[in-house]
Amino acid sequence: MCAAGTGLGDSEESNEDGDPTVRDSRTVFSSLLEDDTEELYDNAPCGYLSTLMDGEIAKVNDTLLGWLGIRREELVGVRRFADLLTGGGKLYHETHYAPMLRMHGQVRELALDLVAADGRRLPVLVTAKVKTGQEGQPLLVRITVFDARERRAYERELLAAKRKAEEERARLERLTGTLQRTLLPDALPVIDGVDLAAHYHVASSDQVGGDFYDVFPLGGDRWGFFLGDVCGKGPEAAVLTSLTRYALRAAAVNDADPVAVLTTLNTVMLHQRRPGAPRFCTVIFGVLEPDRDGLTVTLAGGGHPPPLVLRRDGEVSPLPTPGGQLVGVLPGARFTAATTRLRPGDVLVLYTDGLTEARRADGTMLEEEGLAEAAVAMTGENADGVVGSLVRLLTDWSRSPSDDTAILAIGNPVTAAAALQEAGCST
Amino acid sequence: MTVSGPADGRPLVFAHGFGCDQNMWRMVAPAFAEDHRVVLFDHVGAGNADPSAWRPERYSSLAGYAADVLEILDELDLRDVVFVGHSVSAMIGVLAANSDPARFGALVLVGPSPRYVDDGDYRGGFSDVDIEDLLDSLDSNYLGWSATMAPAIMGNPDRPELGQELTESFCRTDPDIARHFARVTFLSDNRDDLPRVSVPTLVLQCREDVIAARAVGEYVHRNIPGSELVVLDATGHCPNLSAPEETTAAIRAFLPGPGSSLP
Repeated sequence: MCAAGTGLGDSEESNEDGDPTVRDSRTVFSSLLEDDTEELYDNAPCGYLSTLMDGEIAKVNDTLLGWLGIRREELVGVRRFADLLTGGGKLYHETHYAPMLRMHGQVRELALDLVAADGRRLPVLVTAKVKTGQEGQPLLVRITVFDARERRAYERELLAAKRKAEEERARLERLTGTLQRTLLPDALPVIDGVDLAAHYHVASSDQVGGDFYDVFPLGGDRWGFFLGDVCGKGPEAAVLTSLTRYALRAAAVNDADPVAVLTTLNTVMLHQRRPGAPRFCTVIFGVLEPDRDGLTVTLAGGGHPPPLVLRRDGEVSPLPTPGGQLVGVLPGARFTAATTRLRPGDVLVLYTDGLTEARRADGTMLEEEGLAEAAVAMTGENADGVVGSLVRLLTDWSRSPSDDTAILAIGNPVTAAAALQEAGCST
Repeated sequence: MTVSGPADGRPLVFAHGFGCDQNMWRMVAPAFAEDHRVVLFDHVGAGNADPSAWRPERYSSLAGYAADVLEILDELDLRDVVFVGHSVSAMIGVLAANSDPARFGALVLVGPSPRYVDDGDYRGGFSDVDIEDLLDSLDSNYLGWSATMAPAIMGNPDRPELGQELTESFCRTDPDIARHFARVTFLSDNRDDLPRVSVPTLVLQCREDVIAARAVGEYVHRNIPGSELVVLDATGHCPNLSAPEETTAAIRAFLPGPGSSLP
């Protein structure tokens, strides 16, 4: 360390312990080490420099002159500290170093490059402190300069590694984003007499989420839909999601009966099972059948939270599919179907447990009851409005939800004709 | 953003340059709060400004920063504004005043440079290599930034020592934003914007300034019609810190005294 200033004078004072032999031996010991502060200043293992407040060099030690290959008379009273820096260093000096020195009276460990007489660059670490007079007025700046060649090389490697890590992360996020998009519909289909809206939140930007949903045509004005949650996250979950989506869509081509579709999915998943890698999911699959004055929904659930039906008149109730088992665990798993009719203004909401498991800072969870309660205020809104309200509910509960969340809302829109009819004006 | 002084005072908006934050003005601005409405703000990425408001596209040129200035004037509904811009903010002020002159009463340009890099006969004082060097300097001091700044930015706002840390953080801006701002600042060329300035302008030039040399200050003065040039006895690029009294006096002398008509 560079600590010439706290040399001999201080140690003499602190050794006033009255015992002349102790004091003498310590003094002798000290003087054997360093008996000339001027010599120590000049040949300290770091550079010393003192400047006036405008940067003009007033004093410099031999060590620094040696590093720079410059004679004392070429510096003292002739050049400023900033003159020793590279062009970029001068900019940094004026925009950071000088203001900080003025503001705080010191700067610590700034990494700068000095330029030697032969043009060589010397990476150094600079610490500077303003010496003030008795009234606190700034008098001059004392600067220590440490050789930082090795340290700088090491820091550059560190910085390069950090940059690389940041690039890799960005690449991973792009890849994940692309993969994620292939697992979700680009856009929900536009269906006459059906009002659709969805929301998807991935908790982490570098992991593919395990939630999924879709709405697709079955022909003959019937539509299939599903929403679910596969176990796990990341690449495994992506593989499983992909399998689940295609199995559901393919199964529905043959027989769209929801119980039959889930049974097929269960079989497919069991076939794909590998030891040590649990592969299962919870899912709701259903069929939409719009007709002249309403929308019939038939669905079956496997281990998934029951959807909520938001009636236009303010009633909110779950649509349970009792006994529906996890998909992909047991051969011969049982699924049961449920049916409901959506009248104009009614909305059916499917969601994954990221919504009901949202936690406040104090640890309380929204839960299914909390969701159903909050949903009462959302009745009467269209599918888009309900999804918007649910997203606000989710973010109210948890600023950065830690679990993936998918929401799909299916509504029977209130058409002008229906509104008129309701008002008693038959057309 | 910090607003002080009488609400009916003439608005005086101080803008800091590249590198630091509104604290650059703390030895100058209070002297005006007696009879002016003094507005201080941090450019995005500096000081207390919210770094999440930063978008690379918006801030890919000084125009984005000028748009921020105009938004501040709009939000506070300020008119007849005296805009005092240090370093790169001098040019930001020029761009803002050119795009909405009706809001501005006067410009005070402290250490302005319309272009830092030499170009033909024009001497900005720096080369492209110097600018790359500066980016290197920023990078070299980046690790220090991470260690000392991360707690202040990401930490808990309830921590009482935060204020202290933010003062300490003076001149330590978000490294990615600083890098970008440095590039935009030192590679900008606003020479063509100078003749379009239509408001009364004071150019404050330090006797010696390695960033904006005297010849550059004179160039700015020559190219802004009717502008006034005052050469301060101060040296360096930050007279607002190194010679606050002289800087204050020069701005005072340029502005009309209380009760007199505006310039």
